[in-house]
Amino acid sequence: MTSNNKLFGVLVPVISVIIGLLAGAVIMLLSGHNPVEGYAALWAGAFGDSYTIGETIRRTTPLILTGLAVAFAFKTGLFNIGAEGQVIVGWLAAVWVGLAIDAPMIIHLPLAILAGAAAGGLWGFLPGLLKAKLGVHEVIITIMMNYIALFVTNEIIRNVLTEQETTTGTIADTASLASDWLQSITFYSRVHYGILIALFAAFIMWFIIERTTYGYELKSVGFNSHASNYAGMNVSKNIILSMVIGGAFAGLAGAMEGLGTYGTISVMSGFTNLGFDGIAVALLGSNNAFGVVLAGLLFGVLKEGAGEMPTAAGVPTELVDIIIALIIFFVASSYIIRWALLRFKKEGK
Amino acid sequence: MDYAIEMLNIRKEFPGIVANDNITIQLKKGEIHALLGENGAGKSTLMNVLFGLYQPEKGEIRVNGKTVKITNPNIANDLGIGMVHQHFMLVEPFTVTQNIILGSEPKNKFGKIDIATARKEIQELSDRYGLKVNPDAKISEISVGMQQRVEILKTLYRGAEVLIFDEPTAVLTPQEINELIEIMRALINEGKSIILITHKLKEIMEVCDRCTVIRKGKGIGTVDVSETNTNELASLMVGREVNFKTEKIAAMPEDTVLSIQDLYVRDARKVDLVKGLNLEVRSGEIVGIAGVDGNGQSELVEAITGLTKVKSGSIKLSGKDITNLSPRKITESGVGHIPQDRHKYGLVLDYSIGENIVLQTYYQKPYSKAKVLSYKEIFDKAKQIIEEYDVRTPSVYTKARALSGGNQQKAIIGREVDRSPQLLIATQPTRGLDVGAIEFIHKKLIEERDKGRAILLVSFELDEIMNVSDRIAVMFDGKVVANVKPEETTEQELGLLMAGSQVNKAGETSR
Ligand SMILES: Nc1ncnc2c1ncn2[C@@H]1O[C@H](COP(=O)(O)OP(=O)(O)OP(=O)(O)O)[C@@H](O)[C@H]1O
Ligand SMILES: [Mg+2]
Repeated sequence: MTSNNKLFGVLVPVISVIIGLLAGAVIMLLSGHNPVEGYAALWAGAFGDSYTIGETIRRTTPLILTGLAVAFAFKTGLFNIGAEGQVIVGWLAAVWVGLAIDAPMIIHLPLAILAGAAAGGLWGFLPGLLKAKLGVHEVIITIMMNYIALFVTNEIIRNVLTEQETTTGTIADTASLASDWLQSITFYSRVHYGILIALFAAFIMWFIIERTTYGYELKSVGFNSHASNYAGMNVSKNIILSMVIGGAFAGLAGAMEGLGTYGTISVMSGFTNLGFDGIAVALLGSNNAFGVVLAGLLFGVLKEGAGEMPTAAGVPTELVDIIIALIIFFVASSYIIRWALLRFKKEGK
Repeated sequence: MDYAIEMLNIRKEFPGIVANDNITIQLKKGEIHALLGENGAGKSTLMNVLFGLYQPEKGEIRVNGKTVKITNPNIANDLGIGMVHQHFMLVEPFTVTQNIILGSEPKNKFGKIDIATARKEIQELSDRYGLKVNPDAKISEISVGMQQRVEILKTLYRGAEVLIFDEPTAVLTPQEINELIEIMRALINEGKSIILITHKLKEIMEVCDRCTVIRKGKGIGTVDVSETNTNELASLMVGREVNFKTEKIAAMPEDTVLSIQDLYVRDARKVDLVKGLNLEVRSGEIVGIAGVDGNGQSELVEAITGLTKVKSGSIKLSGKDITNLSPRKITESGVGHIPQDRHKYGLVLDYSIGENIVLQTYYQKPYSKAKVLSYKEIFDKAKQIIEEYDVRTPSVYTKARALSGGNQQKAIIGREVDRSPQLLIATQPTRGLDVGAIEFIHKKLIEERDKGRAILLVSFELDEIMNVSDRIAVMFDGKVVANVKPEETTEQELGLLMAGSQVNKAGETSR
């Protein structure tokens, strides 16, 4: 049964992706485009040269982190819709520290990164606290926290960090994740060292969840809070901890944007969508650290490659969004795929 | 011969285990047919095959003489087969009526769900079989016994002619068991046929016509109940003689371990359920709590273990005040607890058996060091317990969910007893266990006693209380109303005390 489950855990997302891509091909055909050309353009847009590879990696970095943010909370049975807001406050905090402090890189950079994680963690802490102590559903609170993050951040950019401008100044070099060397080997793409942080974070998540007593408690509370209480675990503490760590991952995603990709933060007219995409990444990655890395990469590739599709194959970028949506649809309805797989196995016997 | 159901040479495998190996069972029309076997023998599996939840690898199923393929429970329903599961499958926030029609909702001509008609029909069914179910009550607000009747109604509503009961009496109080037996008789009178799984041989002798015995997945045979007795049934099922009377030397109680004074505990609705209770348990004795369900036993246990807050009064463990400490602190002070509801409290069903074995000790050495788990130690410990307590599972890596009910229980008991706590609270410890396992668990409890531990046994089974306890504390209306010795009392007297009558100085009961 367990080996079966593991196999399914891998097969279901892979099949969903394949069906999603096939469905995308059908839609391209129906709308009068050549799917082979379309996907070739997508591939070229993501891996065509060293510049696009660099950009693909840059795009993947925050998606892995927001995927981890959602997946981690999910291990405790919590639905962290608030990754979006956690990204925004993490971005703001990291840039703020990058602007405001004068220190050598060895202090400044870690400090700025940690500020991002801490801000995200705080944004997770509040919904966690409300859930644990008052039983308020985390979905509602995290959605509201997203809006609070967006508007408060815009206000701070306009009135505190600048004087009625829409973009802050650029952070000090000592707080930057950008790398001349990485840029030079990728034709000056915006790739930065953040990918290492994202991969390290995935490892940390795996380690906490699978190897430590914290992970044991977090999962136990997610599976059965009554039994966890009986066993002497502090259910409230674990709910809060899970939201804080999840929030910290999302805050890091924001820090990657602020310290790596842009070096600034601008007034936003709407959400970054990094947090919302994180939900899909977590789902596709079966809420497992390694799966999230692969799913994050897939999303990075699709989103980056999509840029090439209108120019090279005349396929509108919206189509890529449709394909992504279809993939998510098929993962979410994995029940159908599971059922079909079981059916298939039976017949084969 | 007219058979309602025939299951011929059924084989069902799970990874690493053959749960049913060539089993045959034939149910005559209008009979109550017992299915007997040890924990993990494959009874629930066999019935799940009949109900279409599992597909057999081999074998044939006939309904009224016709060969059928039952690939899902809907087909079973259409064939008139209904099942009352070992663990109920009800939606708690829904009403009785909503639960019963779930999945086969009656629609009026506009396609709207016709609750009113359904409600009337359910009321009629309930009256006809004497079920006394209120169709408008919420599941979360009715007793376990009532929930079971809802499950019965669910099958009747879907037109079941054959009813499968999987250990229905394990969760019931003696009173409720008598009522269920009446209900089963009423069902037979209306022409239904019943397959009954139970570990209680007395019940088989009382209501069943025939009994099919399986052992370790294999069919042993079918006997006429009128031509057998409990001893024969037990040895057929276990494969050896079973000793019903527990052997033990007289207790030699020493220091007081648990001392409770003037305890008051409220339930979630802020009603006092424990009202000024006093109780002592000394090391080297087993104190049995006898009482009708709902007289504060669960609240008492929850208060001692820290799962519920105490309103007033004190609980001391070897002189140390543990009133209102956290469950963790209480466990660490030396209290073990076999909980009444094994799925809600006892196990994390999605964890492996190994992970469940360290549910209270995972953070201690050697199971973890510097917060890092040591799976080798965890699974080694689990292997030892599985061995010692005869928990039948393919491996320690198997999810707790996949174990048979009785084996889940054995794993919990193994975990709690193995820690050898100063005070062991055992709530219905042998619920759902086969006679062989019950004998073994009772022996273990007595062994712990002889090591000088204090044991508090809460059970609704007077047999168990009388057999195992050294002293019986009778609980009524939130208080201990009498302390009696098992050898100086009778089940009748206990029954009266549990109903609230007083004992005068001479030891005689009066109303
Ligand atoms: N879904 C499953 N996956 C794997 N193994 C299973 C599954 N269900 C049951 N088993 C195994 O099949 C065997 C028979 O289990 P079953 O539940 O039929 O026992 P049972 O006779 O009903 O026992 P009990 O009296 O304890 O309820 C057990 O060894 C159990 O571990
Ligand atoms: Mg069973």
